[in-house]
Amino acid sequence: MSIQLSLDGVNRSFDGFKAINDLSLTVEKGELRAIIGPNGAGKTTMMDIITGKTRPDEGEVLWNQTVDLTRTDEAGSARLGIGRKFQKPTVFETHTVEDNIALSLKDDRSVWATLFDRKTAEQEARISEVLELVKLDGDRARLAADLSHGQKQWLEIGMLLAQDPELLLVDEPAAGMTDAETMRTAELLRDIAGQHTVIVVEHDMEFVRALDCRVTVLHQGHVLAEGSLDHVSANEQVIEVYLGR
Amino acid sequence: MGLIDRRMGIFLTGLFILTVAVPAGNLWMEGQPVPSYIVSLLGKYLCYALLAVALDLVWGFTGILSLGHGAFFALGGYAMGMHLMREIGDRGVYANPELPDFMVFLNYQELPWFWYGFDQFWFACLMVLLVPGALAFVFGWFAFRSRVTGVYLSIITQAMTYALMLAFFRNEMGFGGNNGLTDFKDVLGFDLQSDSTRAGLFVLSAIALAGGLLLARAITTSKLGQVLVCIRDAEDRTRFLGYRVEGYKLFVWVVSAMMAGVAGALYTPQVGIINPGEFSPANSIEIVIWVALGGRGTLVGAAIGAIIVAAAKTLLTGWFPEIWLFALGALFIFVTIFMPKGVLGVIEGALAKRPKPQPDGKEAEV
Ligand SMILES: Nc1ncnc2c1ncn2[C@@H]1O[C@H](COP(=O)(O)OP(=O)(O)OP(=O)(O)O)[C@@H](O)[C@H]1O
Ligand SMILES: [Mg+2]
Repeated sequence: MSIQLSLDGVNRSFDGFKAINDLSLTVEKGELRAIIGPNGAGKTTMMDIITGKTRPDEGEVLWNQTVDLTRTDEAGSARLGIGRKFQKPTVFETHTVEDNIALSLKDDRSVWATLFDRKTAEQEARISEVLELVKLDGDRARLAADLSHGQKQWLEIGMLLAQDPELLLVDEPAAGMTDAETMRTAELLRDIAGQHTVIVVEHDMEFVRALDCRVTVLHQGHVLAEGSLDHVSANEQVIEVYLGR
Repeated sequence: MGLIDRRMGIFLTGLFILTVAVPAGNLWMEGQPVPSYIVSLLGKYLCYALLAVALDLVWGFTGILSLGHGAFFALGGYAMGMHLMREIGDRGVYANPELPDFMVFLNYQELPWFWYGFDQFWFACLMVLLVPGALAFVFGWFAFRSRVTGVYLSIITQAMTYALMLAFFRNEMGFGGNNGLTDFKDVLGFDLQSDSTRAGLFVLSAIALAGGLLLARAITTSKLGQVLVCIRDAEDRTRFLGYRVEGYKLFVWVVSAMMAGVAGALYTPQVGIINPGEFSPANSIEIVIWVALGGRGTLVGAAIGAIIVAAAKTLLTGWFPEIWLFALGALFIFVTIFMPKGVLGVIEGALAKRPKPQPDGKEAEV
């Protein structure tokens, strides 16, 4: 298997505080990876760095072992094939559920192409397919603002799927979901892994267990432990800084 | 989501009736029920309405609160004014065939280079679009790339128009200093004082407003228009979907500036003067009030808001000149607190509340 994403010796500080501290991490193509760690461990900041929202002070971030991700901006990383779900669910509130998906579909993003764009039958079909997958097909004409918190989470996951990205960065998808929904999210992510690479940040241990994948524990911007969930749970340091509390 | 929805249809119908009735009442009807000054006054309101539509495009739909849109309007007005100055020819006070009066007065020996070409009407028309467009492009290029947003962006747009005002006030700039450009005689050979020319300019203003509304509507109902709303509501999300936000902002910003320029170009011949006061920050703030009052993000509402406020201003400054600014301020506060969706929102809300017949008896279920 080839490497999808690698971080090597990445550092980033905010006003002298080291949010990311000599972080190195490698994710294989098609892998499903869970990232856990206490609040403020730098999980979201790591995603900001991968997507070009935040520039690292030093270190290397490589996409497919060739493209330097420290030089791309947010739109650039999206165009390379990196999709992202925010920690705080963010959907386009004044657009309908259907339009939220339509605007996310993989397509030409240039100004001119967008101005003269017409929806094809193929795209219509794809929209319906995604809506069914995230169980929002009954709400397609509603405004996204009128959805419940959990539904917004699903809509954002739908938007991510519509982009058809190579790599999905999913920040705390289960927040605000019921137990059943949480398990369904885990199942969905397991399903799409393989064809896609998926990195999930989550605090919910039940959810992480359901993902049944390799786990990386982040602490103070650094990798503390890595391996199966049972392996990292047995780690003394991990218990001390995270699980024990 | 057609190009002409109900509110657009009603507005354009009203505008069409006005476009026929006003010139007819002025030019052809017995006893001239529409006096000539009213024709130019209404023509001026239509120019304001077009300017409001231009602002709504960037503020209502894209969330860029421009406090400097008057600058684009004034630049369009100056471009047309320069042509009208050249068309005076040797009929000025100093009878200089080459130089406008103010240049003779200031001892200019020859026409400054930036006045070249303005003797041609087509060239002036081109500049009406290109000068505001180019300024908007350069300004937007730097501002949007460096991701200046919100209040900071509003402040620099205000600074832009203020700086231009100070520059245009200077005689050395070559645009007539604080007197601006005035004493126009005719355009394309038509006497600007004649009723038929004024009626013609009024009709042109109406056509420009209709065209501007339809163009803005075409943009906002396209997928690009949806992306603009995405930028307004969740800029970061839009970027992470792969849209280069700065490109979209630049596009709509430049289109809007050009539209404002056209409004200014039609305004100058109808009021007979363009001066640096048009760049004043207060003017730009007034445009924002028009849009807020009419209904932000509705296009038609923006046009209505401009016409209502401009008409109120004409009446109030006639009756009690001192209170106009207070009235305007009070109006703005009232609208933001009690009518967040503007006049159009109130009207449409009232219409929607009227019970509608339910053909399938759905009402019973609810
Ligand atoms: N733009 C920023 N400016 C200043 N400090 C920041 C910035 N972004 C992140 N930080 C800091 O960096 C640290 C890591 O934050 P981050 O959001 O990455 O944590 P996290 O692991 O995602 O935590 P959580 O589980 O609470 O979401 C925090 O202490 C945060 O305050
Ligand atoms: Mg986080």
